[in-house]
Amino acid sequence: MSFSNLTDAINIPKIIKIIPRNRNIEAWLLVFALGLFAFELAQIQLSVLQILRPDFWLYFLPFSAAVIAIHFVLRLRASEADSLILPIGVVLNGLGIAEIYRLDLHSATLKAGELFAGKQIAWTCLAIAIAAIVVIFVPSHLFLRRYVYLSMFIGVGLLLSPMLPFLGRSINGARLWIGVGNLTFQPGELAKIALTVFFAGYLVTRRDSLAIVGRKIFGVRIPRARELGPIITIWVASLMVLVLQHDLGTSLLYFGLFIVMIYVATGRSIYVVVGLTMFFSGALVASRVADYVTNRFDAWLNPFDQAHYDAVGGSYQLVQGIFGLAHGNLLGAGLGGGLPQLVPLAESDFIIASLGEELGLVGMFAILVLYLLLVARGVRIAFNHNDDFSKLLAVGLSFVIALQLFIVVGGVTRVVPLTGLTTPLLAAGGSSLIANWIIIGVLLRISDSMGSGQRSFGGVS
Amino acid sequence: MQKELRRVSIVIFLMFLSLFVASTSIQVIQAETYSQDQRNVRSVYDSYKKQRGSILIDGEPIAFSKPSDDVYHYIRTYADPMYSGITGFFSNYQGATGLESAMNSYLTGQNSAQFFEQISALFSGNPVTGASVQLTINKAAQKAAWDALGNMTGAVVAIEPKTGNILALVSKPGFDANKLAVHDGVTSTSNYTALLNDKSEPLKNRATTELFAPGSVFKILVATAALESGKYTPESTLPNPVKFQLPGTNVFVQNSGEGKCGGKATVSIADALRFSCNVPMAQLGILLGQDAIRAQAEKFGFGTQIKVPLTITPSVYPTGMDDAQTGLSAFGQFDDRVTPMQVAMMSAAVANGGILMKPNLVQVVLSSNLAALNTPVPSQLSTVMSPETAAKVRDMMIGAVARGVSSNGQIKGVSVAGKTGTAQNGQGEPYTLWFTGFAPADNPQVAVAVVVANGGGMGQSGRGNSLAAPIARKVMEAVLKK
Repeated sequence: MSFSNLTDAINIPKIIKIIPRNRNIEAWLLVFALGLFAFELAQIQLSVLQILRPDFWLYFLPFSAAVIAIHFVLRLRASEADSLILPIGVVLNGLGIAEIYRLDLHSATLKAGELFAGKQIAWTCLAIAIAAIVVIFVPSHLFLRRYVYLSMFIGVGLLLSPMLPFLGRSINGARLWIGVGNLTFQPGELAKIALTVFFAGYLVTRRDSLAIVGRKIFGVRIPRARELGPIITIWVASLMVLVLQHDLGTSLLYFGLFIVMIYVATGRSIYVVVGLTMFFSGALVASRVADYVTNRFDAWLNPFDQAHYDAVGGSYQLVQGIFGLAHGNLLGAGLGGGLPQLVPLAESDFIIASLGEELGLVGMFAILVLYLLLVARGVRIAFNHNDDFSKLLAVGLSFVIALQLFIVVGGVTRVVPLTGLTTPLLAAGGSSLIANWIIIGVLLRISDSMGSGQRSFGGVS
Repeated sequence: MQKELRRVSIVIFLMFLSLFVASTSIQVIQAETYSQDQRNVRSVYDSYKKQRGSILIDGEPIAFSKPSDDVYHYIRTYADPMYSGITGFFSNYQGATGLESAMNSYLTGQNSAQFFEQISALFSGNPVTGASVQLTINKAAQKAAWDALGNMTGAVVAIEPKTGNILALVSKPGFDANKLAVHDGVTSTSNYTALLNDKSEPLKNRATTELFAPGSVFKILVATAALESGKYTPESTLPNPVKFQLPGTNVFVQNSGEGKCGGKATVSIADALRFSCNVPMAQLGILLGQDAIRAQAEKFGFGTQIKVPLTITPSVYPTGMDDAQTGLSAFGQFDDRVTPMQVAMMSAAVANGGILMKPNLVQVVLSSNLAALNTPVPSQLSTVMSPETAAKVRDMMIGAVARGVSSNGQIKGVSVAGKTGTAQNGQGEPYTLWFTGFAPADNPQVAVAVVVANGGGMGQSGRGNSLAAPIARKVMEAVLKK
């Protein structure tokens, strides 16, 4: 394009039909992603039931319809959006549904246990619909910046809502849910988006004062107490999550997110040093004071120790998950061919162990590479966008996926202590699906403005 | 901001890298360890689905999995208790021992040699059939050893000296592994408990894992050490008193049966071996010193664990002895402890001109479509002695059988080299009776070791020559088809 003045270009009525190159690439990738999903479902039915049943379509069609719908929403409302993000999300989400369905088939043969796949599909369709709504009703990347402080209130409110009497629920020892009747929801998943929006907006206005103001002590510039206020607030909040809601993972997630965003915004590594020191000293104290943290640490360090293996809340689940992964070996037992049902919570917290068992190390690497690609696309948006708020938002949302995956998969593979977070897009659970599809929606929206949005310089990248 | 973003990208990459490394470690590097964990029921479930490979002798199965109509699909079946010391057992409830355990990865089809079968199984959906293990065992020798031991407790090991191939491996009493392989957990467990509580300890593998006092068969080793030192020949003489007082003690060493060992003032090493005299051997041992004997013992394989692939318990020559103890150790007493496999290896090394071949039970591992997955080649374990020494020791052992106290090892028309042993086990305890040797002495086809424990039921009145030597003779005859 050779417009000399881009502001004029915006006022020119769109008479030139722009070829939506990204959307065409996306369409082909989606065909592949849905084909893969169909293949997985068929493989599972053939492996577990030995026949293909017509209820295959019950699992295949709603998801496919939702995916096709959002693809056309993108064609109309964000035609320049990134072409890889949606297909990767579809592959991962589909794989999750397939594995959950596979575990359901096992429960069905035993006539015992809860079934999850139907609910997962319903939640997925709802989540994709919400992502589409985000793309439609968030008209530009700057829109969210107007609601920075509202986001903060929503985020903190959601985060603390499980503490409310009557509404709050405690499941498996962690108080992370709110519920009405049979319907439960994990508001912390949504809070992470609201807080990312808030951090991005807050930091983009305060970055200069956070970076420059303050006196030097021993050659290190220490920010003023006023500027340190927010970081201390977040630290206290995440420790409260740890202590009151019994959740190490969520606490680490928020704090890690905040540190990365403040570092990107200010370029001051002192925040990273101070932040990590604060978090680990807090966690250390917690591990001495709170039994459940101590147990998790012991189970992490010596899971094969018989005492920890037998202990309530000990390493049984972790060890069984590792056995499952080891059983998968290089090539896996095949979808439907393994024994993932032997691990407690195989459909949610340990879905990565279930998939690792059935798809092997090869499948595990493929899944991790898909996540890495997804995160890389998000970071790429941050790199290439000209608007600082969008940069921060994109890197924050991408990092939150990366960190959450690291905490969950690292927990299952003993890189870090096991915590109760969900694997983004794969694990059974509606809150997590909705939250991650909203992230996808926001990333798509921001990426759409990457090539033609407001810029400070005229160059085309 | 770009610099910070680059650094964050690096952090993200490192987080993923740690996940790649951790999952590789669990799923591939340590997968085998985890699959063997007692608490991992997956391997058990897996083992049900596959037809386990057979253990074969000359193509005939001695342990095989037969289709069954229950949830386990197959039942493990054993041909004869005389192979129990080789196969061990495989049970859904009691685990596995013997070759069932040592060759498990092949038998279950999980060995990396079956990689391509595993891949094709992945696509076809049919589980991999386990590989079969063909043994080097000579059926006639195995049966001869089993029958000859009769009701006595003991063990027989026969080896082909040139290759190390194990021709017979018997531990008595044996057991019926079918009783443990049954698919009824209660029956299997009660049968197992009965075997565990049996005073004759049938589950013990006496040929490979039990340590016995060697008695006079150890003299072969001391004579070898003496010749290898270069200071002695078979004709070198030693003082020959009726009694020899061990230095620094009031303990006297006597010859067996209080005999005079030729009746002259001195006796040659060859005659000391021929008549199996303790007095000259104790003196020779002290003159050589414990370090020289130990060095020779280590060349024979003492102190080294080998897998044939059954794990052989290392035999022991004691350390830190004084002269008196060294004297006792020189004729196989004090704390010398050996497995029958080790004693057979001693004869095999002499028979093979001083070169000890690694003992081996497996002839070939065959995949379900009869492709050879693994064919062990004979390999040398150590050079135990010079060919000259080996020839001299052989001649002394021929003398012991032809004209000495090991006479029951004789085979008509065949020159046999051998040595008996009758080890004491303390006041009032029954003796441990031995014979080891090889035949034909000029072109050895078989080296054998026989141990009869608990005095063969005769307390202190049985002798190696009276009870162990005839068994060895029958095994050698079976191999030589005499």
